[in-house]
Amino acid sequence: MARSIGSLGIRRARLAGFLLLLVFVVSACSSNKGATYHFEWDITFRSILSPNGAIINGLWLTIAISIVAQLLGVVLGIFAALGKMSKIWPFRLVANFYIWFFRGTPLIVQLTMFYYAPQIAHIVTWPTFGLGPFSFSDSAVTIGCLIMGVNEGAYMAEIVRAGILAVDPGQSEAAKSLGMNYRQTMSRVVLPQAARVIIPPLGNEFNNMIKNTSLLYALSVYELFTTFDNYAVTSFQYFEYFFACCFWYLLLTTIWGLVQARIEVRFSRGSGPTSTGISWRERLLGRANPDEISVLGGH
Amino acid sequence: MAVDVSHDLLGAIGGVPRPETDVVVDARGVNKWFGRLHVLKDVSLQVKRQETVVVIGPSGSGKTTFIRCLNHLEKIQSGRIFVNGHLIGYREAGSGGKLVEDKEKNIALQRQEIGMVFQRFNLFPHMTALENIIEAPIQVRGAGKDEAVAMGRALLDRVGLAAKEKSYPNQLSGGQQQRVAIARALAMKPALMLFDEPTSALDPEMIGEVLEVMKELAREGMTMIVVSHEMGFAREVANRVVMMDEGVVVEEGTPDQLFSQPTQERTKTFLSKIL
Repeated sequence: MARSIGSLGIRRARLAGFLLLLVFVVSACSSNKGATYHFEWDITFRSILSPNGAIINGLWLTIAISIVAQLLGVVLGIFAALGKMSKIWPFRLVANFYIWFFRGTPLIVQLTMFYYAPQIAHIVTWPTFGLGPFSFSDSAVTIGCLIMGVNEGAYMAEIVRAGILAVDPGQSEAAKSLGMNYRQTMSRVVLPQAARVIIPPLGNEFNNMIKNTSLLYALSVYELFTTFDNYAVTSFQYFEYFFACCFWYLLLTTIWGLVQARIEVRFSRGSGPTSTGISWRERLLGRANPDEISVLGGH
Repeated sequence: MAVDVSHDLLGAIGGVPRPETDVVVDARGVNKWFGRLHVLKDVSLQVKRQETVVVIGPSGSGKTTFIRCLNHLEKIQSGRIFVNGHLIGYREAGSGGKLVEDKEKNIALQRQEIGMVFQRFNLFPHMTALENIIEAPIQVRGAGKDEAVAMGRALLDRVGLAAKEKSYPNQLSGGQQQRVAIARALAMKPALMLFDEPTSALDPEMIGEVLEVMKELAREGMTMIVVSHEMGFAREVANRVVMMDEGVVVEEGTPDQLFSQPTQERTKTFLSKIL
């Protein structure tokens, strides 16, 4: 089980992280060098316990952009992976170029270039439009989200490809021998099995996505980070606001971690001995590596 | 035999699928290379309607490759393969008789008439036994769900697995998985069934239950090609046995002829090793 390997390490790391944070806060509060700086921790508590409309809005934007961009990334990733494995060379060429470019350049460069350059050069003026349930009033949000999705697709392509290659070739042979065409073979037989291999790294990708939306700062999109940064620079209460900012990101990534564990159990259906699932306690605290229990567990 | 194989197995799919031609398989001068390795050398084989042909031969003789060519899981470099009257995998380009690989859609159509059972079963692990069986009839033939389920249940019942329709493949024994795989192939009502060493991945105690199903199919008149070393099976139901070695058909005959009075030295050597 990949999950249990290193989960003891994760527990230790979490403990160390909490302790470090504690030491940091205590020493910051008691420092006399920064005598001119006044900590106003109630700003942090307020931003966490009763966030104002701007923070809620930033949180909502971060969530919405992450989900839309990730979904786009998954779809593009599947097509890019199939393109890369295609028998038809122009498909391979396009897929390889796409993956090469978007994995080989920084996301922030892609964001600024594709958003600003065409407008500065008067080639296009990005329109504003809504995207399904998410109505984005701002073209920076829409285009930024789009670029993030396209960037993500390049990473997902490699993940999807690895997933497809992990499926026993006998599976597609069986599907073909029943008269299924390429599309049916892929969508009904190969991809559902590849999903088991794709889901864990996909979870990590989404975790990254949640945090990477902060790069939309470059397009002045008021998601979580830009919102808190704006408060920080105007009030000079950097620690206070950014601690609260970290809290919100941690809340999102932690909730996602729990959801991901649940999805992974579901997708392991029909493979290996029937899984009994994992408890909420294990999800929160991690699962001890069975081999290492005796080391720390004391028996 | 502990397994209860019904005596009207093909009744579950509406009777014996009737091939359109008397000669169901007509392979002529088939050549295949894997790179520089010449694995099939001018192989020709005819299989008539309702015949059961068992292909034997040492490993590496090309027998598995040959039956994989019959439903175009393998490409061939020259020769012609007709199954049920259709040229498999290729179409003739122009008048020169040059072969060009056929469109994916046509190959898929040709494969619907050819059931295949694999050594490693290759059941879809994310589907239950019943879902495995109804998948292709619904997706490929456009059968209605109710119709497909009724037929799937009938098939499972007749291979002795009525109680296992909700089981996933990893919850079934090898013998049970292979019987589901046979049912899955039958659900497409194929004119021809190909068996690629269907019992060689099984524990000895499970071989019987799979052979029992295959014997019943042969007796009911299914046209079959079986790559197998199960001599008992060959003696009991095969109309012909074909001996292959190093990519050529060494000799063929009735099970009696071939097992009792083989004419070729290579056949004698091979039989002496396995009997």
